[in-house]
Amino acid sequence: MKHIDEYRDGTLARSIAATIAREAACDRHYQFMEFCGGHTHAISRYGIEDLLPGNVQMVHGPGCPVCVLPIGRIDDAIKLAMRPEVTLCTYADLMRVPASAGANLLKAKAAGADIRMVYSTLDAIRIAETEPHREVVFFAIGFETTTPPTAVAIRLARKKRLRNFTVFCNHVLTPPAIRAILDAPVLPEGGQVRVDGFIGPAHVSTITGTTPYLSLAAEFAKPVVVAGFEPLDVVQAILMLLRQVNEGRHDVENQYIRFVTTAGNVIAQREMAEMFELRESFEWRGLGELPMSALRLRDAYADLDAERRFAVETVPAADNPACECGTILRGLKKPAECKLFGTLCTPETPMGSCMVSPEGACAAHWTYGRFRARDRVAV
Amino acid sequence: MRGALDLWPLPRPRSGGRLSPPRRRVRRLDIRNGRVDLSHGAGGRASAQLIDEIFLDAFDNPLLARGDDQAAFDVQAGRMVMSTDGYVISPLFFPGGDIGSLAVHGTVNDVAMSGARPLHLAASYIIEEGFALADLHRIAHSMGRAAREAGVAIVTGDTKVVERGKGDGVFITTTGIGIVPSGLDLSADRATSGDRVILSGCVGDHGVAVMSKRANLGFETELLSDSAALHGLVAEMVRVAGASLRVMRDPTRGGLAAALNEIAQRSGVGFLIDESAIPVRPEVAAACELLGLDPLYVANEGKLVAIVAPDAADTLLVAMRAHPLGRGAALIGQAIADEQCFVQMTTSFGGGRIVDWLAGEQLPRIC
Repeated sequence: MKHIDEYRDGTLARSIAATIAREAACDRHYQFMEFCGGHTHAISRYGIEDLLPGNVQMVHGPGCPVCVLPIGRIDDAIKLAMRPEVTLCTYADLMRVPASAGANLLKAKAAGADIRMVYSTLDAIRIAETEPHREVVFFAIGFETTTPPTAVAIRLARKKRLRNFTVFCNHVLTPPAIRAILDAPVLPEGGQVRVDGFIGPAHVSTITGTTPYLSLAAEFAKPVVVAGFEPLDVVQAILMLLRQVNEGRHDVENQYIRFVTTAGNVIAQREMAEMFELRESFEWRGLGELPMSALRLRDAYADLDAERRFAVETVPAADNPACECGTILRGLKKPAECKLFGTLCTPETPMGSCMVSPEGACAAHWTYGRFRARDRVAV
Repeated sequence: MRGALDLWPLPRPRSGGRLSPPRRRVRRLDIRNGRVDLSHGAGGRASAQLIDEIFLDAFDNPLLARGDDQAAFDVQAGRMVMSTDGYVISPLFFPGGDIGSLAVHGTVNDVAMSGARPLHLAASYIIEEGFALADLHRIAHSMGRAAREAGVAIVTGDTKVVERGKGDGVFITTTGIGIVPSGLDLSADRATSGDRVILSGCVGDHGVAVMSKRANLGFETELLSDSAALHGLVAEMVRVAGASLRVMRDPTRGGLAAALNEIAQRSGVGFLIDESAIPVRPEVAAACELLGLDPLYVANEGKLVAIVAPDAADTLLVAMRAHPLGRGAALIGQAIADEQCFVQMTTSFGGGRIVDWLAGEQLPRIC
């Protein structure tokens, strides 16, 4: 496959890995965090950890939009979907995310809620057009990558004068989450995670550009390398981070130059600014309340806001106390260190959100990497 | 009980072994514009007419033509196998096949995976009120054609009509029986460490071809489903490898990943497969990339995976490649000792990973 296979070249990967092994100082330990679930997935799916020397380790970050959505907001979505007049349109990843009291959207659908899985915001618009008697609510989640498509849907709904379409907005921003990890106080459950540098988001950065990471890199003296989601991108980014650490630099570098620019997608940014404003605070699963970290619709678009139309009032709900998603999302623990991992919590019966999305650290480790918990079977 | 159960075939006069028209016909079905209504499932004359003009015509064979509530035939000594499968695919017509041909191929393949020669099929239709007769006609004839090409006969069947909104066009269940050649004992619990894993061709064609026609996805591709009856290939494999064949599976729902995990669990072994040895068409790889799917989990309807003793692997591979349905056959890995029964894969990138069971639904209603 052109433009894909080039970035999955194993021979080239092994040669970069050899350079990493050669350049990694043998007397120190390197710990890099990949922020995005897309990177976590690539690392697990392609077995990238097998290529790295023992003193270069990856820590999985909170950049999985499904994983950081708090229980209270899933409860809200279920409540919305259970209203007889509502058709809730959602990305399929959200269907099995555990809500309060063992509920999830899949069970709500089985109980009669009209929940449709869509691939695009435009599918939701189409449903609203073809079924004018239904109140179509689009369950909008994700970072800066999925926000512009929601903006497009809002723009279209306005243009088509759709009165039966609203957005339940849960869009969140990347920089506040990175800041939360770097800024975290020493925590009772194991202290602050040591991160020597970040692999910056791929798709998010196509929208935001690399500029938002400049202040983070400078303030916390940590290098950031924005990288693509292909395995070779990741391996190269690790080498770039390692070199920065060795040279004592903390710059923002761009490995993903084929798609990411310094300024990003200005048109998308303008659309987002036009329609969305910052919430004062928003709860992130695992990270808690983060100020100025999420978006809501501006007053000018209030008629398209499901929270206002249906008077949604989020009631915070606690995770299962044994679930370590919070510490795992902050990189403090590895999935296998959670007592529930692989026992009560599996992709079939997830207890925490990290086990639901294929981008979640627990699901990725369970699905692709759990054989590493023991010696690899000799053949 | 005939009226209540609405079994086919209905007793009717025969002439020279061929099906003759019913004696008291008012007007032939309007196949071009007509629709199935509840009377077609009520067991009365309309039911008889639907069965006559669509199914008996499409499936025409001497056992069906005898007109009994059941098909009667002699059996030979030895082992028989039996298998059943329901087909609920959406859309009903897809590139490379339809629910009718699929209902033949799927069940023939389930029977054939025991090494058996498929003999007869039974077919049960659940049709939704309002379903176009033209579509039903097309499906039944496609099914009849697939059965004839596979050399099996649809010897008995049933139709039911459910109210509009209680079905989705048509659901078909087929049951098949077959005869296992003597000395052959294929079962999912027979893989042992060292056995080789052979795949008959590229994976993912069926699932991606079906997805390309889904209303909310609709992408352009010339890809066809691989839907095909595999018993000819199986007969050749049995001829060449015989008792060295341990297990055969057609990787349908859940794809190659599910098939290998099932065998691993049942046999108490692990597998180590090589990603770069698994054939995937570029268009399938591209569609999977776009949709966020993994070809290893996508359904196939004309492929098989065989576990075979190591010393027979090379001969088997040569024989498979000489058969039209095994041209793309490849040795993709081997069984290994592993108490945890993991299916491990060396990625084309050079790392290692598990190929786990599929969690949840990757592609709903694919067969």
